[in-house]
Amino acid sequence: MTYFFQFLFIALLASMSYLIAMRFKGIIATIRLSQPVYLSDQPAERWKRVFLLAFGQKKMFQKPFVGLMHFLIYIGFILINAEILEIILDGILGTHRLFAPFLGSLYPLLLNFFELLAAGVFLACLVFFARRGIFKVQRLQSENHSELKGFPIRDAYTILIVECVLMAALWTMNATDAVLQSRGVEHFQAVGSFIISENLIPFLDSYSTDALFLIERIAWWFHIAGILGFALYVTYSKHLHIFFAFPAAYYSSLKSSAYIPSLDSVTHEVKLMLGQPASGEAAPTNLRFGAKDVMDLNWKNLLDAYSCTECGRCTDQCPANQTGRSLSPRKIMMDTRDRLEEVSVILSKNKGQFVDDGQSLLDKISGEELRACTTCQACVEACPMELSPLNIILELRRYQIMEMSDAPAAWNSMFSNIETNQAPWKFNPSDRMNWAKS
Amino acid sequence: MSEVVLNIRTMADYLAKGEMPEYLFWVGCAGSFDDRQKKVTRAFCEILQKAEISYAILGTEESCTGDPARRTGNEFLFQMQAMSNIEVLNMYQVKKIVTACPHCFNTLKNEYPSLGGTYEVIHHTELLAQLLKEGKIEISEEREEIAFHDSCYLGRGNGIYEAPREIIAELQKDLKELKSCRTKGLCCGAGGAQVFKEPEPGAVDIQVKRTEEIIESGVKKVAIACPFCMVMIQDGLNKTGHDKDIQVVDLAELVQKAMK
Repeated sequence: MTYFFQFLFIALLASMSYLIAMRFKGIIATIRLSQPVYLSDQPAERWKRVFLLAFGQKKMFQKPFVGLMHFLIYIGFILINAEILEIILDGILGTHRLFAPFLGSLYPLLLNFFELLAAGVFLACLVFFARRGIFKVQRLQSENHSELKGFPIRDAYTILIVECVLMAALWTMNATDAVLQSRGVEHFQAVGSFIISENLIPFLDSYSTDALFLIERIAWWFHIAGILGFALYVTYSKHLHIFFAFPAAYYSSLKSSAYIPSLDSVTHEVKLMLGQPASGEAAPTNLRFGAKDVMDLNWKNLLDAYSCTECGRCTDQCPANQTGRSLSPRKIMMDTRDRLEEVSVILSKNKGQFVDDGQSLLDKISGEELRACTTCQACVEACPMELSPLNIILELRRYQIMEMSDAPAAWNSMFSNIETNQAPWKFNPSDRMNWAKS
Repeated sequence: MSEVVLNIRTMADYLAKGEMPEYLFWVGCAGSFDDRQKKVTRAFCEILQKAEISYAILGTEESCTGDPARRTGNEFLFQMQAMSNIEVLNMYQVKKIVTACPHCFNTLKNEYPSLGGTYEVIHHTELLAQLLKEGKIEISEEREEIAFHDSCYLGRGNGIYEAPREIIAELQKDLKELKSCRTKGLCCGAGGAQVFKEPEPGAVDIQVKRTEEIIESGVKKVAIACPFCMVMIQDGLNKTGHDKDIQVVDLAELVQKAMK
């Protein structure tokens, strides 16, 4: 019988690991379709960002209470996952609490600590439930933000529910275990009861040993299968930030948020036009100016889209969104990711090759949204991971203006004024110094 | 108003005499052509003159930095502007640039280097704060409460939050912080070339929303440090009917007025 369960466990672990690995492979292949950008300079500064932004969650603490709650979930997940190692080894070897004999008195101490962390996770999830469902925090409501309708809202609640249920399974497992220990059931070594789960013992004590044994096993399997299933689910969910926050922080821009990098293909053309030597810039390989679709963006833009957890701090701070305009920086990130997922399906159906499906990112994002951006960078500043919806907006604007010639008449006048009058208004350039006359 | 005779020299004037000014004052299009902003330009020149700073302007050789074109997505036009400006700046061997426009400032400082134009670029609020701290400008105190509106391209874009506040403190005025300030400063609605077109459909103009915070703060005067914020905040005050009771001034004008 044990061999059967060992076999079942190994099969589960292997198949889930395979599915998760394939998902990551698919995501990385999609990101690789993108344009290059060099973001590996100043490694010391970049590691500092990983520690401050990702590990330290510095910007999350700008809202201290929410920051603390988020930290409880984060620290709980990282540390409780240390216990997964034991659970996996137990599953493979058919053992029970493999580490207990080796760790001695440290083992109960650690488990008590894990149980407290689990309580932190549980509490924080309840608080987040309340913020969404009872206190109706504005930026999290789909009534106010259409981009959240449907899957995104279900996704958010699913994550909270799964996290609570996983914690409950952990406690149930430990509580039944403690009762079975006290009854001297073979296999259940005396490691004692633990700080949170011992409160569940009175409810379990009346059950027969067989029933408890069954409950313990169900909780154990539910817990580990839940974690593996959740890990796979996460790759489809906004919760992917638990993995991608780290590379996103490492590769975040070290430049001013107001800085727009030069388009080299344009530099090449402009130098030729001005009769300057254009040898420094490679001749344009991508004949598209700006971005129409995700593969025209750079890989950091795409990593940003996959890292976004849809918290909406960007949209909350966006002056265009605050004044009722259609632009929502969060929607820009979500649209980019949705398009990436479509592209990823195309890749997997065509042996890793992209085949034009007649769709593009610009089918999801309108010209009106793009034109509403004031480039104020409030979205970038607000993002706890320093992701940039602004960079995506600007690349799409380049395509909109240079490839589609889709500009309002007032902008076209401004362009021709700059070209002919050297100022955005139609003044005579020779009057430029008139202000100096007393 | 201005009784002071300004002695404005161009880079070409300096070059003709074989001299080199310490700063190039990049006036910018708004500073050159916008009637309201021209007063700011003159105020800043008056301060520079009083503080005996050697500076020159490009005059008719100056041209739009290309910022509004780049932000709409017109990279061609931006680079055409940038490269011809860089040619002029490099020809005069310009080392230090000061400008009263955060958009020119950001473009010259952050975006010209990759196209071959590397200069030390400062915003006029930085220079004014420094001159006040060093006692290069004598001021007469007049206590009043004043709000400061952070410009996106000065604050979030370039981390300049303190210099404008130092100026207000040096002038012994009482700073009233707006509800949205510093990193959370609310945009005036002009950036990203918005000021050159009608706003996209929305419930309320961004400048009106911004102005409402200024009205709520109860101040009679709001200081700005950007020609486009000047236009938008003034427009917001006009639209809300508060143009008579709240005054918008550039920090340079505030310094000029306090100057003995």
